[in-house]
Amino acid sequence: MAQNYTEPSKKIYWKDYVKNIPDDDYFFFRSCIRQTFFPGAEQAFLFILKNHLHKNYFDDPRLTTCTGIGYHSDIIPLETLHTLIARHFSIMNESGYSNLIISCVTTFGVMTEVLNTWHEFPETLEKTRKNLLKTTGRTFELPKAIAHASDIIYLYKDEIGKQLVYQLVNKETSEPLKVVDHVGCHYSKIFPHHGIGGAEFPKVLSEIIKAWGGEVIDYPERRHCCGFGFRQYLIKESRGYSLSHAQIKFESMQPYHPDFILTNCPGCNMFMDRWQYVIQETAGKVYSSDGNGIPVLSYEELAALLLGYDPIQIGLFMHQTEVLPLLEKLGIQFDKNEYSKLRAESHHNTKISR
Amino acid sequence: MKKIAVIGGGIAGLEVSRLLLQEGLPVTLIEKGSRLGGNLRNYAHLFPDFTPSDEILGNYRFLPSNSDLQLLMNTQIESIDFSTQPYTLHSKDGIAIPADPLIIATGYQVFDAKLKEEFGYGIYDGVITSVELEKMIKQHHIVTPYGKIPRRIAFIHCVGSRDAKVGNSYCSRLCCITAIKQAIETKKLLPETEIFCFYIDLRMYGLTFEELYLNAQKEYNIQFVRGRLSETSEMIDKRLIIKAEDTLIGRPLQMKADMLVLMVGMEASDFSKQFAYHNGLEIGDHGFFQPLNQFNARSKSQKEGIFFAGTSIGPMSVAETIEHARAAALSAISYLKDKEY
Repeated sequence: MAQNYTEPSKKIYWKDYVKNIPDDDYFFFRSCIRQTFFPGAEQAFLFILKNHLHKNYFDDPRLTTCTGIGYHSDIIPLETLHTLIARHFSIMNESGYSNLIISCVTTFGVMTEVLNTWHEFPETLEKTRKNLLKTTGRTFELPKAIAHASDIIYLYKDEIGKQLVYQLVNKETSEPLKVVDHVGCHYSKIFPHHGIGGAEFPKVLSEIIKAWGGEVIDYPERRHCCGFGFRQYLIKESRGYSLSHAQIKFESMQPYHPDFILTNCPGCNMFMDRWQYVIQETAGKVYSSDGNGIPVLSYEELAALLLGYDPIQIGLFMHQTEVLPLLEKLGIQFDKNEYSKLRAESHHNTKISR
Repeated sequence: MKKIAVIGGGIAGLEVSRLLLQEGLPVTLIEKGSRLGGNLRNYAHLFPDFTPSDEILGNYRFLPSNSDLQLLMNTQIESIDFSTQPYTLHSKDGIAIPADPLIIATGYQVFDAKLKEEFGYGIYDGVITSVELEKMIKQHHIVTPYGKIPRRIAFIHCVGSRDAKVGNSYCSRLCCITAIKQAIETKKLLPETEIFCFYIDLRMYGLTFEELYLNAQKEYNIQFVRGRLSETSEMIDKRLIIKAEDTLIGRPLQMKADMLVLMVGMEASDFSKQFAYHNGLEIGDHGFFQPLNQFNARSKSQKEGIFFAGTSIGPMSVAETIEHARAAALSAISYLKDKEY
């Protein structure tokens, strides 16, 4: 097939790059927004860690925001950001953990930026130590390892692969499903060495797709931003920029007829999902031939789904773009009536008036 | 065995050998490959006047038959023993070669364009290097990997040059004028093809280079865009999409092209770097051999009896390489004369 991604036959330098991903004893840092929009995603990750990979983790309720959204919108000063991150590290120290695992790509970007700032400008680290001590009485040490939650799924993709109940294969045609990966900008575009595969061809998701039987689609705007862009969306006047950037991506991937989009970032997941709906309602444009749009899943939702978790349990009915056609392609067994009922309840009154 | 040793059978090594032989001095010329001529053999024509490279190489065709020349092909030198007089070169195959003096003419290699992953070389078939285009020009046959005549070609200047990200902060000097030469040659072969050159700035340092640049615009309608490439992608029909910024109008630019030619810069060869490292020879910040100074001892090394010729000390054109090789030969002759007294 001409449109297939032909990576294996060619040499890609970053492909050889593997960062150090801790293999156990994780201190889990949640996202602020995920549990509101995609409530099952983080829980699915923890289920997989506990029940399928038998890993030890700690989900500390004392953690708060990383301030990433405020920081990138220029309303949180740098010193405040540094002090808040230092508090999180202090709590991690107190819990006896040193492997920080982050759910959100924005947080991952913030944490890596702060750590690199402290490394490059040691005086900022000293100042942060003083600020934290003065405001909270706390001290802190830096994490020994830092990884994004998708790195953990990448690390154990083969182990998870052995336990899969379903493969990324169309049940009717036995063909591999065509998957578009979208890796959050702050995962590796800020510091390429912190991401699996670097900034240009991050492979954290594409290798997962391949390991579980799917086919990765390379398309022209693969590296383009999902449109979130923080200020682009958060300042209402510039929200059109957000939408138009998401549109660029959808237009670019449409000719390849992807079966779904896989993301590793809460923001990307939300915008790829919600903006399809907005474009459909405002411009009447749908990017899939079945009229439903292209479903958007996160890596944990996908892992849980293929491991046999109930789509209702992992909250897939909360997605704006309908996931049902994908579930049917995969041949997943679940209570469709209950799913449809919950979907109708969660999506009532969301029609946009033109 | 003869005493004067020259490592490298490219034009620098050939020119040094030619001059020394002309002076009646016996030479051992050592080449790691199976053919003489080095990188010049990859070129069809030379800037700025489109002289066929074969014409330059032809000047050395009788050299191998000179009875004072000992030619060692397929021979890779690994180490120098400085404790002997003369010095002794040891090859990978265990051959010992006396060297007094030694002239190092180990040349350059082109930048590995795969390191600029965002440009898509080695990923998308339509992305080629200037070396690969030159081969097509030599065969008078420029086609896309899919056998079609390219309707639009984009040349990208400074690939692996002036780029701190890949560790090469220096200018390779020759890529700008080579791009113009290749663009004109391509246009001559494919008059209907649109050609765009993306540059940082154009360094037309030679006496007639500026005229060639103007001619490329006026006579051949080659378009020049001041801006670096940020990303290459492939469309479903295998054509390429490139993104750049046109820095003269201050706007981002997106363009479709059938072929992308990456103007790969010159780097110190891996062999030179390893050879220098293992034998205690000094290399400069950019990986090339470090001459004694940059003014009147550009062919001398820090070590007595060791000289440099050609692009082993940095990027040079063919003309500059030949001149530098002559300077190295002259330095070697002076060194031998001084020893006699």
